[in-house]
Amino acid sequence: MNAAVNSGAEGFLHRFDGLRARLPGTRMPWVQALREDAATRFRSAGFPTRRVEAWKYTDLRPVSDAGFDEALSILGDSADLPAPLCDRRAVFVDGRFREDASTLGSAEFAVDGLAQRLPQLEGRLGSLARPQEEPLVALNTMLFEDGLVVTVPAGVAGGLLELASFASGSERPAAFHPRHLIRLEAGASLTIVESARGPAETRYLHNPVFEIEVAEGATLTHTRVQQEGAKAFQLGTIYARVEAGGTYDNFTLNAGGRLVRNEIHVTLAGPRATCHMNGAQLLRHGQHADTTTFLDHAAPDCASRQTYKTVLSGKSRGVFQGKIHVHQVAQRTDGYQMNQALLLSPDAEIDSKPQLEIYADDVKCSHGATVGALDAEQLFYLRARGIPEEAARSMLVQAFLAEAIEGVADATSRAALEAAVSGWWEPAA
Amino acid sequence: MPAVAETLDTVQSVTEGTYKWGFSTDIEMDFAPKGLNEDIVRFISAKKNEPQWLLDWRLKAYATWLKMDEPTWPSVKYPKIDFQDAYYYAAPKVKSGPKSLDEVDPELLKTYAKLGIPLKEQAILAGVEGAGDSPSEGGRMPIAVDAVFDSVSVATSYKARLAKDGIIFCAISEAVHEYPELVRQYLGSVVPQGDNYYAALNSAVFTDGSFVYIPKGVRCPMELSTYFRINAKSTGQFERTLIIADEGAVVSYLEGCTAPMRDENQLHAAVVELVAMDDAQIKYSTVQNWYPGDAEGRGGIYNFVTKRAQCRGARSKVSWTQVETGSAITWKYPSCVLLGDDSVGEFYSVAITNNHQQADTGTKMIHVGKRTTSTIVSKGISAGKGQNTYRGLVRVAPSASGARNHTQCDSLLIGDQCGAHTVPYIENRNMTAKVEHEATTSRIAEDQLFYCRQRGLSEEDAVGLIVNGFCREVLKELPMEFAVEAQKLLQISLEGSVG
Amino acid sequence: MLKIEGLTAEVEGKPILKGIDLEVPDGEIHAIMGPNGSGKSTLSYVLAGRDGYEVTGGTAHFNGVDLLGLEPEERAAIGVFLAFQYPVELPGVGNANFLRTALNAQRRARGEGELDAMQFLKAARARLKELQMSEEMLKRGVNVGFSGGEKKRNEVLQMALLRPKLAILDETDSGLDIDALKIVADGVNALRAPEFSSLVITHYQRLLDYIVPDRVHVLMAGRIVKSGGPELAKELEATGYASVQAAA
Repeated sequence: MNAAVNSGAEGFLHRFDGLRARLPGTRMPWVQALREDAATRFRSAGFPTRRVEAWKYTDLRPVSDAGFDEALSILGDSADLPAPLCDRRAVFVDGRFREDASTLGSAEFAVDGLAQRLPQLEGRLGSLARPQEEPLVALNTMLFEDGLVVTVPAGVAGGLLELASFASGSERPAAFHPRHLIRLEAGASLTIVESARGPAETRYLHNPVFEIEVAEGATLTHTRVQQEGAKAFQLGTIYARVEAGGTYDNFTLNAGGRLVRNEIHVTLAGPRATCHMNGAQLLRHGQHADTTTFLDHAAPDCASRQTYKTVLSGKSRGVFQGKIHVHQVAQRTDGYQMNQALLLSPDAEIDSKPQLEIYADDVKCSHGATVGALDAEQLFYLRARGIPEEAARSMLVQAFLAEAIEGVADATSRAALEAAVSGWWEPAA
Repeated sequence: MPAVAETLDTVQSVTEGTYKWGFSTDIEMDFAPKGLNEDIVRFISAKKNEPQWLLDWRLKAYATWLKMDEPTWPSVKYPKIDFQDAYYYAAPKVKSGPKSLDEVDPELLKTYAKLGIPLKEQAILAGVEGAGDSPSEGGRMPIAVDAVFDSVSVATSYKARLAKDGIIFCAISEAVHEYPELVRQYLGSVVPQGDNYYAALNSAVFTDGSFVYIPKGVRCPMELSTYFRINAKSTGQFERTLIIADEGAVVSYLEGCTAPMRDENQLHAAVVELVAMDDAQIKYSTVQNWYPGDAEGRGGIYNFVTKRAQCRGARSKVSWTQVETGSAITWKYPSCVLLGDDSVGEFYSVAITNNHQQADTGTKMIHVGKRTTSTIVSKGISAGKGQNTYRGLVRVAPSASGARNHTQCDSLLIGDQCGAHTVPYIENRNMTAKVEHEATTSRIAEDQLFYCRQRGLSEEDAVGLIVNGFCREVLKELPMEFAVEAQKLLQISLEGSVG
Repeated sequence: MLKIEGLTAEVEGKPILKGIDLEVPDGEIHAIMGPNGSGKSTLSYVLAGRDGYEVTGGTAHFNGVDLLGLEPEERAAIGVFLAFQYPVELPGVGNANFLRTALNAQRRARGEGELDAMQFLKAARARLKELQMSEEMLKRGVNVGFSGGEKKRNEVLQMALLRPKLAILDETDSGLDIDALKIVADGVNALRAPEFSSLVITHYQRLLDYIVPDRVHVLMAGRIVKSGGPELAKELEATGYASVQAAA
């Protein structure tokens, strides 16, 4: 990799040097050690360049060149928050947990801000997301200030929880790196509906890292609606580990932001674990969105399903990379992955790299990819029935996306997704 | 399909492993000194009495190579190659002057006869001997053969007959002298010297290979073929093949290769360039059967090859078909650059890895012209401790309106010690293009095996039958003789993988 | 022809056959009936030699040969044919190619001459005609994309070509309409001869209207609990298996 640290990385390292004494956990040696390790790693790796295979199609120079030079993230006003989607909502503004704006209620399980819980998180924070593997995780580990900590005890049905992230908007570009830790103990369940928004005119970097543990027989449904501001960067990384008989369902909608990376690593660590990773990317103007998934089948009899759809207009660029790795022990794996892209503009570009790496013989694994424009025959059929061309196009695009969203079982999640999709389409039509 | 039954006999008849082409020929050879430096490049050029421009071209390539790094991205593992520990030129001693079949050393003729490649005209390329499944031999078109032995072409048959149609089929070293304009115009025009590490190495030290030119409007009346044989110890083979099909020309070209069984790894780094003008068609078929190494992974050929076609003309078509059963390591991506409007690229591949073999193979289809279409069908079979990777790129440039691609990649695993990997890259920058990719991985199901055995087939036969069925889409693209040979090779390659 | 004594077998450690005694003399057709889960398919797989069906006791002799000591293909070569309840698909393997390979493998094992492509095609066409099947059948992949009925017909075609001495029909009637049923029955009846026997495994009496058995055996919970003439099948149709169970 590149030995010379680029200027963007340098900026973040300077910030770390300046903030050392003020970041949470200063007096906890284990936190300090984590941060120092991460800094060392980030110093040597810098931001990944396109010469790194996993970053072949996404250029982070706009991020590294942006120069986020604020000391601590700005705590903006959170007066104009949209209505909550459900009874319980954890609100984050500029990566900081805002208990005052959150409605947590009293429940059978705890929802806390990471900064205040830090003393109890030794051994848990950093157990899944390791700086050695990902420079962006190193960046997050070096500079995290807060995050969400959720633990659902064994057998508890946790219901719905909204995780709402807002960027406040400030004069100078802000960067925030929340660290979210979600743990479901055996047989527990939870649905998280996550949203991320920010003002259209502000440049900011949102670099969240999730560490998700799903114990035996537990089920986590994780719906993500990404509607960051038009100048924003979001580089999100999720690490999830699913034990025997557990389920992790992730649906990510990428609709906002200027440059977005949605990277998900799931390890199916116990027999009969299941993972669904689905998503849609709706891109226009000069947006760039990248969904990269790594699915590790590390135990026998597990199943995984992935379906991703990308719609591109304007000069946008979409990327899908998805790797299914089947270990030798993972006999009777059932893995399926599909990614489809719809190009609506002559200037859009889609790059797709599905990948299978298989070391077990008794497996059923397949992937598919299709790239194309709207079907001319379908379009003609609709127009011949009297539907105007624009409406017909819109209908076909929505039908294309509906296929992905229909699979989302939770009604609240689906409503949030549908609202975001129609919100995306309206101004474009 | 009696081929299966015969294959089994073949397998049983081979006591020393399964590789029956593993003998070596004892013949007096000319060697260049071991190692690689500028003097060796000059030595090769001088041996071939080359014009100055070609020596300069080689030296430029050598200088480029020195600055390049060995690629590390393929999914293959091997100890670092010592490029100074090999001979870059090895040729049977022959008197100079034009070659005619009568002048070829009888030892060489015997070698090729033993390989099933008779060089005498009227004889036919029978592939593996005892190909009783072929149709009657009377009415068949003969096949013209260029025989390349280590670093030189030792004989080319049917040259006179082909010349009647204006077709040039000869060793590339001969073409340099006889048709310098053509060679100079096209050499390196498809695969530039600095294209990749091994292409640069080849450009510096290539020794021989075939040259084909089919003039405008000519349909080549017979199959052309080159048979490559590595014989000498510690020798690399660096052949260079150049095929040009002028407007409306049609040609089918076959390539076969074998090597003796040796404990050492030998390097084969070839470059093949194809050029198809308007309405021209080139069908290029390979049965790659280099020595794969023994069951413990000792020895075998490193097959690092660059093959690329340019469909320069409108409506031109290039079809690659490969059956890769040999080599310790295979690294090759026969590709098509579809420049001409409505041009067509095809890639049909079967790759088998058994024992410790590794293959990282696939194709690149670069769509530039309008309405260009490409088809990719790849069948990977992994057995033993074999690792098999399909790596492919489909790129649609903004200019390629109406481009179409369909890719089908299937992997079959036999046993739980092997690996099957699929790494496709799809890059589309034209909204009217349509690209489809499908990949599956499966194994031979126990119920399929039992069904066949209940009908009386042995387990080995059943596996052979199922594997041949799995590869059928690709095998049917091969010319008849090759198809029969390929089916047998598939089964031989899988020997010892079941039970 | 077939003599089974005290046969016991288990699947994944679970005993399924708990002591089968059965003798099928030359030229006879015997039906084995029984409810789901009684061990009917297990018996057919044990006789054909499928992996995973472990014989734990008893014997099965075929014309004096110890059947249980042979590989599946050796059993096929001496004349044991199993018509599968669920014939598998072999993608890319042409039906004609498959049949010819199987036929010649068996002929070779028996020391008979192999058929060349023309001889084979002639024989296959004749059988197709008898079975009112289209020649298309030969060109397609083995069972690939076949309907349930087509798969069963394909089994009968294979049987007609391979000419076994003992045909075991494992619920060949399931999923068949009446026309297909007749074709299957005609296929078996056409093979009737003093040196041909058949074991017809079925859940319903329906098939036995067309293939009239010499003997009917009722298999329940891994044992033959009752045997009788063809009338037993009709009796069962009327009273159900429960009555036999009660009686047994």
